[in-house]
Amino acid sequence: MKTQGFAAGLAATFTVLSTSAAFAVTEIQWWHAMTGANNEVVETLSKEFNESQSDYKVVPVFKGTYPETLNAGIAAFRANQSPHIIQVFDVGTGVMMAAEGAVKPVAEVLSMGGGEFNKDEYLPGIVAYYSKPDGTMLSFPYNSSSPILYYNKDIFEKAGLDTENPPKTWPEVFEAAKKIKESGAASCGLTSTWLTWIGLENFAAWNNLQYGTQENGLAGTDVELKINEGLFVTHFQNLADLAKDDTFRYGGRTSEAKQLFLSGECAILTESSGGLGDVLKSGLNYGLGQLPYYPEAEGAPQNTIPGGASLWVFGGHEDAEYEGVAAFFNFLSQTEIQERLHQVSGYLPVTLAAYEATKASGFYDENPGREIPITQMMGKAPTANSRGVRLVNLPQVRDIENEEFEKMLAGEQTAQQALDNAVERGNAAIQQAIGN
Amino acid sequence: MSPRVTFPNKILPYLLIAPQLVIVGIFFYWPASQALYQSVLREDPFGLRSTFVGLANFRRVLAEPNYINALQNTAVFSIAVAFVAMSIALLLAVMADKIIRGRGIYRTMLIWPYAIAPAIAGMVWLFMFNPAMGTFAYMLRSSGYQWDPLLRGDQAMVLVIAAAAWKQISYNFLFFVAGLQAIPKTLIEAAAIDGAGETKRFWTIIFPLLAPTTFFLLVINTTYAFFDTFGIIHAVTGGGPGKATETLVYKVYNDGFVNLILGDSAAQSVILMVIVIALTAIQFRYVEKKVHYG
Repeated sequence: MKTQGFAAGLAATFTVLSTSAAFAVTEIQWWHAMTGANNEVVETLSKEFNESQSDYKVVPVFKGTYPETLNAGIAAFRANQSPHIIQVFDVGTGVMMAAEGAVKPVAEVLSMGGGEFNKDEYLPGIVAYYSKPDGTMLSFPYNSSSPILYYNKDIFEKAGLDTENPPKTWPEVFEAAKKIKESGAASCGLTSTWLTWIGLENFAAWNNLQYGTQENGLAGTDVELKINEGLFVTHFQNLADLAKDDTFRYGGRTSEAKQLFLSGECAILTESSGGLGDVLKSGLNYGLGQLPYYPEAEGAPQNTIPGGASLWVFGGHEDAEYEGVAAFFNFLSQTEIQERLHQVSGYLPVTLAAYEATKASGFYDENPGREIPITQMMGKAPTANSRGVRLVNLPQVRDIENEEFEKMLAGEQTAQQALDNAVERGNAAIQQAIGN
Repeated sequence: MSPRVTFPNKILPYLLIAPQLVIVGIFFYWPASQALYQSVLREDPFGLRSTFVGLANFRRVLAEPNYINALQNTAVFSIAVAFVAMSIALLLAVMADKIIRGRGIYRTMLIWPYAIAPAIAGMVWLFMFNPAMGTFAYMLRSSGYQWDPLLRGDQAMVLVIAAAAWKQISYNFLFFVAGLQAIPKTLIEAAAIDGAGETKRFWTIIFPLLAPTTFFLLVINTTYAFFDTFGIIHAVTGGGPGKATETLVYKVYNDGFVNLILGDSAAQSVILMVIVIALTAIQFRYVEKKVHYG
């Protein structure tokens, strides 16, 4: 732990030394976690911004996976060497928000750049997720995604299912999965990535159910989990029952299950819209659908909550540097930039204008299904249950939930027991994290 | 007793060991003292608020059922890794010692896996046995065996033990081969003339004479299983399913780096430090007495 802080400090020192040669230009450090094609996007954006003006220079630095980047940022902050901008994944949002004094709200930064920050230009679902209860936007949404349904059309055809209209509700999905398994069209009917993000957090929002008290943590940090009742239990008991004969197959805690879909072993997959790239590349005859819901849930389908990551600004830097950050964020908000980001990366556009422009360009007609994650998030004004989930220690709570799910799927406990344990252990962890 | 070595120059010896001392100071004593300091604090991840809590972190950690679970996992894991890695290595070393032609080739090939980084070794095994993409997993499943280490803790444990032991076999092999070569051939030949069979010769002559090597390897393998297997566990199971493969070291990482509970994590690493000091002391004090340094 300390050695990493030391290494980060050392790295930061070197950066400072190597950059002191540049005069007039103000450097903006941007730590991120993007790999592959998404990394190229980061590089291109920085280059374009640097060429568009001569006062500021954005320097993107790759810091590893999402948790590694967050840890590097924390270590750097502790060593007084924090970067200006850091990309933090959705579950790290609560961690950053709890660190008042370490971060500078993006709304404040943007107004320092001379420009006026207009919240109405951004997608409401995304802004709500990254805002404080009083509405102040704290971080800049960079890459956002939302969970959707993928299905294999070839397997659907073999099983005698409708290849053009995927099942809409969970009971329909389970029926289809059983039919696929029984007909032998595939060895497994259904799988899902991220059981916590999709099966609990988005499940709650989409079915308009309460995940935890305090508006799922958005109104305060003293949250009690509410996931051990009603449809949560029904849903996970359904999954546990289907897992017995492999109709539902568990892939892992994060996005491992995508492989099961890509290899043709499983016919239906719920996964982030950000996973579309791999599906496209695999050449599967796939179809897309909305995230399923339970018809008995009142108000369902409500709206989904964003995943992905946002850009946070660390406190304690010079005003001139904040002006540079503001200029960069304004650059990122431009319609043509957002439009391109959305179409190239598969992530959602952050501004309404970019969404309208993409729509007008006919992109969604040529690429059916690409609009689903956006309409899901924007279809309805969010309720207290569907603005998002925010806990100061969400990564830890997700771990606890995953552990209980794994025991449940292994047949060691029922869904009720698993969720009861998750609530009990999760609540204790939350209390410890907020210092009680 | 060896005669006392004296250097004419008074400063030079200190200068010569200075680099080593600096390295040990920076990479061992400094972090260790920081861990001790952190273990009595409660702090938020950013270090904005910290309070002195005395031994509260230790009390909480030791009362936690998950910590006991990690302790049990570590015991099972370490014993199994040390036993499997050492017994297979010994078997291979004895076999390789008998080969006359191509001895060098066999030895080189058996030593190879040691050059692989733990995380890579983990990935190799993961690629073979991962239920989603592994070739062997596919074969196991199609032969009717319910192979699912993602959900079955015992299978996950077997998988990480196999990967960790496999990687350590080469190292043990190397030392056993050297140890075997140091055993005088005359002893074995004399026993053979007296009519002792191969098995008898092994257990009454070779094995006791290998005791110093075995003891050395026992210490090394235990330390390896405790600390160096983090990469393998991280790559193969991530401590799951449930907490079935979470060892003490993995829990330190998970609580500190994933869950950002620095005080608990530091307290655990201090406990770990005490455990390892104690284990090594016991090994040297009691086990070594029984070792016959021929």
